[in-house]
Amino acid sequence: MPYPSEIRKQLRRILPRVQKPGRYVGGELNQVVKEWDSVETHFSLIFPDIYDIGVPNLGIMILYEILNKRLDVSCERAYLPWLDMETELRQANIPLYSLETYHPLREFDILGFTIPYETLYTNVLNVLDLSGIPVKAAERTADFPLIIAGGHSAFNPEPMAEFIDAFIIGEGEEVINDVVNVYQTWKKSGLEKVVLFLQLSQIQGVYVPSLYNPTYAEDGTLTAVTPNSPSAPKTILKRIIPVLPDPPTHFFVPSIDVVQNRIAVEIMRGCTRGCRFCHAGMINRPVRERPVSQIVAGIEEALANTGYEEIALLSLSSSDYTHINELVQEISDKFVGKHLSISLPSLRIESFSVELMEKLKGARQGGFTLAPEAATDTMRNCINKPITTDDLLTTAREIYSRGWNTIKLYFMIGHPEETIEDVEAIVKLCKQVIGEGHKIIGKKANLHVGVSTFVPKPQTPFQWVAADVQESIYAKQKILRDNLRGPGLKFTWSNPKETILEAALSRGDRRLGKVIYTAWQMGAKFDAWQDQYQYNTWLAAFEACGIDPNFYIARTRPLDEVFPWDHISTGVTRKYLESEYKKSLTGEFTNDCREDCNSCGILPVFNDMRREHPGQLWLCPEVK
Amino acid sequence: MQRIRISYNKGIELQYTGNLDMHKVWERIFRRACLPLAYSQGFHPQPKLQQAAPLPLGFTSKAEILDVWLDSDESIEEISKKIVSTAQPGITVREVKNIPLLSEPLPNLVTASEYLITCDEDLEPALIQNSIQEFLAKTGIERERRGKPYDLRPLVQSLTVESAHPLTLKMLLSSLPGATGRPEEVLEELKVDPFTVDIDRTLLVLNQL
Repeated sequence: MPYPSEIRKQLRRILPRVQKPGRYVGGELNQVVKEWDSVETHFSLIFPDIYDIGVPNLGIMILYEILNKRLDVSCERAYLPWLDMETELRQANIPLYSLETYHPLREFDILGFTIPYETLYTNVLNVLDLSGIPVKAAERTADFPLIIAGGHSAFNPEPMAEFIDAFIIGEGEEVINDVVNVYQTWKKSGLEKVVLFLQLSQIQGVYVPSLYNPTYAEDGTLTAVTPNSPSAPKTILKRIIPVLPDPPTHFFVPSIDVVQNRIAVEIMRGCTRGCRFCHAGMINRPVRERPVSQIVAGIEEALANTGYEEIALLSLSSSDYTHINELVQEISDKFVGKHLSISLPSLRIESFSVELMEKLKGARQGGFTLAPEAATDTMRNCINKPITTDDLLTTAREIYSRGWNTIKLYFMIGHPEETIEDVEAIVKLCKQVIGEGHKIIGKKANLHVGVSTFVPKPQTPFQWVAADVQESIYAKQKILRDNLRGPGLKFTWSNPKETILEAALSRGDRRLGKVIYTAWQMGAKFDAWQDQYQYNTWLAAFEACGIDPNFYIARTRPLDEVFPWDHISTGVTRKYLESEYKKSLTGEFTNDCREDCNSCGILPVFNDMRREHPGQLWLCPEVK
Repeated sequence: MQRIRISYNKGIELQYTGNLDMHKVWERIFRRACLPLAYSQGFHPQPKLQQAAPLPLGFTSKAEILDVWLDSDESIEEISKKIVSTAQPGITVREVKNIPLLSEPLPNLVTASEYLITCDEDLEPALIQNSIQEFLAKTGIERERRGKPYDLRPLVQSLTVESAHPLTLKMLLSSLPGATGRPEEVLEELKVDPFTVDIDRTLLVLNQL
């Protein structure tokens, strides 16, 4: 393996030839560089897409701070190089290296991938390959790094089971230290790798796929995923932290422009709404809030550490944050008028949201974003997002009359229960909204309509549902494209061919590993990039593996089907998801669980934790 | 409001940070230092920062100069202390001083730039010395830049070998509007591959009006 100094020397020749060489040099404000020999364990966090997209990732930021607080650990970073740099690295035989110390990734003890979405899977393989590490876990001997992965996609880890040694299920703040500790003990012991795997499997929230075997029925459906070792748990319960700790404040400040240059603070984790399509809403339970004082102190510290000009207050539903008034008032008093832009996404569709945003307005650039998702009551009841057309129109009037010229509305099409009338209603609703805008501010009014395609996600009430077929999606998009025209209207939609890949991968089983591997070998990478995604390559890969993608995409699954993710528990019970699924078919609404606990299963599972942490920070009822 | 002039070095950490991004780097230094930048008026207020002369991507520098307008009446010593303490890897502040608000725009003062070029390869110093003599003896060197013909020779005010090991060249190039010499172009004429050298700007010659 080349020394860091050799890598640096070779890079001097290469960097002047690639686009945005600043992506490949590190050296940013707030990166942490430790002397290589001064620590026991070398960890590298990896975001499997380019620097520009990976640097703003909050998960990496959180874990980077936690790991670097340890004196015995150095946590560095790597991202996937863009195509031009990949070619240069391969040509010059330079392995992928960390940005902090330029050590080849294969010299590290542990490589931790964050995989928030499925279209990063081929990139993970590419990172390993560029590092000179065998992509298949079974081919990695004990002198290769331990490869772990976490993030939202890990709630169905099976498609990536062949490549990852251990998955982190749930929140990483505590479990990451447990993994490092177990690794350190194992390394000192000098025992074989399987010992490490067995010990890792004893940690709550860690799933070691090689300790489990799937079995299939003749019709191709799964019969079970069972442990092949007596000590591996039958079900892997996700890990959560009882109380949100202080937010990270030493955000990387890249020296080149990246997609988001900002301080991001989670004001709460989880959501009480229970929208049935929402993966994040199901897997991030229970709802835990941060106190206002902690959020404000975090922002102040982060501003002093970064000098960033943008602050994002993150949550799945900001309006539901218990102290939203107090928070917005305090942030307004402290930070507005200082040339900072402050964003508060995921607001409820009501006039009050406009009042909140008004307090945070700076130069009032950008539009006002709302996500009605559906335009008819039937669909709203089906997905459990009950808003009314009247509320939307009132809110739109309020927005246009208070100085915003642009409204962005997000809708979703493609639910199997959806009719053409439901789609046409989106057109009608949007025309009403822009009509209000025209009445109030005339030609200045803009409406951007973004319509995505529904993908049934694992661990949600719609995990049984078929994804809409391509022809139907094209037909629905045509209706929207043909009619969402006119002054001030702009319509964007997602490519059904991309949706299909997401639909197949997100509910796939272990057999898809072969397809992912084949697609990657055939050249698939950067699948999340519209201009890089190779639909035909993926079709060819499915065919080469003798797997019909429609088995995963277009099949309504019987209620008793065994799912590939059944042994991964979010705490929310399958029984609850099933009752929600049935209610969606009859259009029955489920209340926000703050009003009355819906018994989703979280509380019994995390019963002890709730008892130890009573009070208002959890929105679940208290346990006696 | 006051106008300050900062002289600083740009190190390898910021070698691949372009001029627009350097604006952002400085804005953030001031925000971290709690020194309020003066903003332009209008619909999209922008902070007022002015760089003396853009530095090409990949170069380092010991001679960068930046003018900044601040909405602050703090003393220059206080300001200087704050900037130094919140600067970041890749920036070394050499001097911070006051400039009259209405003095000439900084870019208008620049007349020439000096570069120190360290060659990577085992180039024969005698050979380069020869090329340099030939280069300097010429009365004109016709080249093309973005499809337009120009004469490189008058843009080169001086060109010498600074040391033999490693082979280091020093050149003083004109930096006037429409008449800016680029070190890579001189290197090409000397048959040195610009991708194999380190280029450091060592001096900006200002015309003190």
